[in-house]
Amino acid sequence: MDLLRRISEALQTGSIEKVATLTKQAIEEKVVPRDILDKGLIAGMSVIGDRYKKHEIFLPEVLLAAKAMYAGMDILKPMFLKDEMPTLGRVVIGTVQGDIHDIGKNLVGIMLRGAGFRVIDLGKDVPPERFIEVAKKENAEVIGMSALLTTTMPAMKKVIELVKKEGLNGKVKTIIGGAPVSAEYAQHIGADAYAYDSINAVDCIRGLVQKP
Amino acid sequence: MSIEGKMTNPRPILQFLSNQTIEKIITEARDILCKLGVEVHNEEILSMLHDHGAKVDRAKRRVLLTTEVIDKALKSTPCSFKLYDVLGNETNDFSGYNVHFTPGSAALNILDAKTQDIRKPVTKDYIDYAKIVSQLKNIASQSTAFIPADVHEKISDSYRLYLSLLYCEKPVVTGAFTVDAFDIMKELQIVVRGDEHQLASKPLAIFSCCPTSPLKWSEVTSQNVVDCARFSIPVEFISMPLSGFMAPVTLVGTLVQHTAETISGIVISQLTRPGTPVLYGGSPAVFDVRYETTPMGAIGTQMIDCAHNEIGKYLGIPTQAYISLSDAKMLDAQAGLESSMGATLAALAGINNVSGPGMLDFESCQSLEKLVLDNEICGMVLRLVKGIEPKEDFPALPRFEELLKEQHLLISEHTQKYLKAELYFPGRVIDRANRARWQEEGGLTLLRRAQQEVESLVENYKPTRLSDTAKVELTRLMSREARRCGMPSLPETTV
Ligand code: B12
Repeated sequence: MDLLRRISEALQTGSIEKVATLTKQAIEEKVVPRDILDKGLIAGMSVIGDRYKKHEIFLPEVLLAAKAMYAGMDILKPMFLKDEMPTLGRVVIGTVQGDIHDIGKNLVGIMLRGAGFRVIDLGKDVPPERFIEVAKKENAEVIGMSALLTTTMPAMKKVIELVKKEGLNGKVKTIIGGAPVSAEYAQHIGADAYAYDSINAVDCIRGLVQKP
Repeated sequence: MSIEGKMTNPRPILQFLSNQTIEKIITEARDILCKLGVEVHNEEILSMLHDHGAKVDRAKRRVLLTTEVIDKALKSTPCSFKLYDVLGNETNDFSGYNVHFTPGSAALNILDAKTQDIRKPVTKDYIDYAKIVSQLKNIASQSTAFIPADVHEKISDSYRLYLSLLYCEKPVVTGAFTVDAFDIMKELQIVVRGDEHQLASKPLAIFSCCPTSPLKWSEVTSQNVVDCARFSIPVEFISMPLSGFMAPVTLVGTLVQHTAETISGIVISQLTRPGTPVLYGGSPAVFDVRYETTPMGAIGTQMIDCAHNEIGKYLGIPTQAYISLSDAKMLDAQAGLESSMGATLAALAGINNVSGPGMLDFESCQSLEKLVLDNEICGMVLRLVKGIEPKEDFPALPRFEELLKEQHLLISEHTQKYLKAELYFPGRVIDRANRARWQEEGGLTLLRRAQQEVESLVENYKPTRLSDTAKVELTRLMSREARRCGMPSLPETTV
């Protein structure tokens, strides 16, 4: 549909106001809200993600598009039951205990939101128990952990052990990232996935939440 | 007219900023510190700043500094200081345009000598590293270059300092990862020096302490600043603004932020103990918005480093930067070009403590092979900044008479006297053979030559002259610390 395509295009150019206006227009024209979200906003973000991967655009353009997407989502929100936006999934993220590096984790959070996930960001220096507590409370499908120090990597293992201990294994998937860790380390500590940058994180987490 | 013996030509100096620009940057930075302030996650420091007249918002942990506080701190900051090796001999004089190199520190990985793939380093790697640095002539100090993964993570920062003090005489550029680690790291140094006072009068190690961009101090790093000041242990401030991401995209804008963050560190250290030696340092980087990385080999990064050093010099404080390193993943042409470009610029700018040799991959990987290559780069640039000066070159006539008469100057007295001081001869890592000889000697690639050099340095190592009593005591302290973390014994080491 033309209007949805226009929303997607406006989003891709980061035109915040235009996305807002067009989203309002779509609501007025009784387009199904779910379609506005999926075929307009999220479709636009997915193009942005692909172009970013190919270096056709750079990070600032992605963030502008994400901002435009949030503008559209704000308008769309009241159209859903209990103001509850449909999401691709709920992801609890944080930098593990003892570590204050949060730049990479923040970027991952922004990209996940942009892709249509609900992100609960616990910040940095997060104790292992807190990941579990919030994941349970929020019914999260994924826990994402970041560590940038050799000394704090082991905290990831603790979280994964707690996931098992609390019987969340299978229900809650885990993904890790940060300079000292790797796919092998993820495997070693029993994490479900590893991602090396924000776009890769979105791809991996999409994979994790896909119902078979 | 005798102009011999003295430097008569200018030392080559690289300069980006006019005094006017520097003053403007400093004024703007001070303005930011007084109007926007700095966030300090440390109750003790908040109280201290409050007592000195700064406006403190406890709930937000935000401090608005005052011009008086800033002036006072800058005034008490020493304009130079020295480092001494484990035996107490002076090795580094951080003053003027003196340049000293130190390996890049705290890498996450080591590039394995054989496989040239990354892995987590262990004790043996660290010992090899210390043995090598001991013998690298152009590397003035050792750094705690990576984190051995075969000890408990709680002692991994202090353990590398322990190994350094045990295996290498050079002073150490280091840092703590936690508040608690400072204590043992201080104790180890005291064992070497004898007591606190001797440690204060002859600094043995510098601690790197990082503010968090933008304009914030974490509890750990700010407490490290305070603890170092209490024992007069030198600190290098490592502000890390990322241009275009966590800092303005322009180099000047990034410099304003770097200046504000560094001055805030100076304030914390100088109010704790006026006169604490510090380095006006940094590891700023331009942010690569295509790859989400912090390139240390980028030309923009290197320009910010040189320029922040100019600001430090203007304030009368010795300087440091993370600049002679590369983001390449192995010992390739990119590794060489980025490292030598950085080292050259750093030396020309007169950065006093240049961190980087050996480092690859955004400060995350140390390579011993690269370290021995970088030692050559350092040697070349140290020669470079000695400049060109006449050495019994005037009057020229007699020398040319000699040349015409003898047909060469190979054994001329003048040659014998100046050969080694005038011309820099790199080690075996740098290929200077003609093709036939190079081929006959195995046609070795740079990597192979570097590997051979690493092997031979490890083999030729001689134990340090630190007393056996001190070595035993170091081991006793470290073992006790290990036991506290549930490690019954330290990994095998043979001194
Ligand atoms: C910037 C930086 C800092 C900043 C952090 C600011 C902030 N708000 O985060 C500051 C200056 C505060 C800092 C402080 C310190 N740092 Co630091 N820091 C860095 C540096 C240079 C870059 C990190 C970064 O932001 N990169 C850019 C982002 C975008 O990339 P990223 O973090 O890798 O994240 C990406 C991916 O990894 C992935 N990802 C990351 N997290 C996650 C999570 C999930 C779920 C997923 C899916 C993906 C994912 O996606 C991200 C987006 O692309 C690294 C070097 C390096 N190679 O990483 C050192 C580094 C990590 N720091 C180091 C050190 C030593 C410290 C200090 C201890 C220094 C000190 N003594 O004060 C302190 C830490 C204190 C503490 N207890 O935490 C060492 C680590 C040493 C070690 N072996 O453990 C490094 C390697 C540098 C070095 N060689 O010295 N640091």
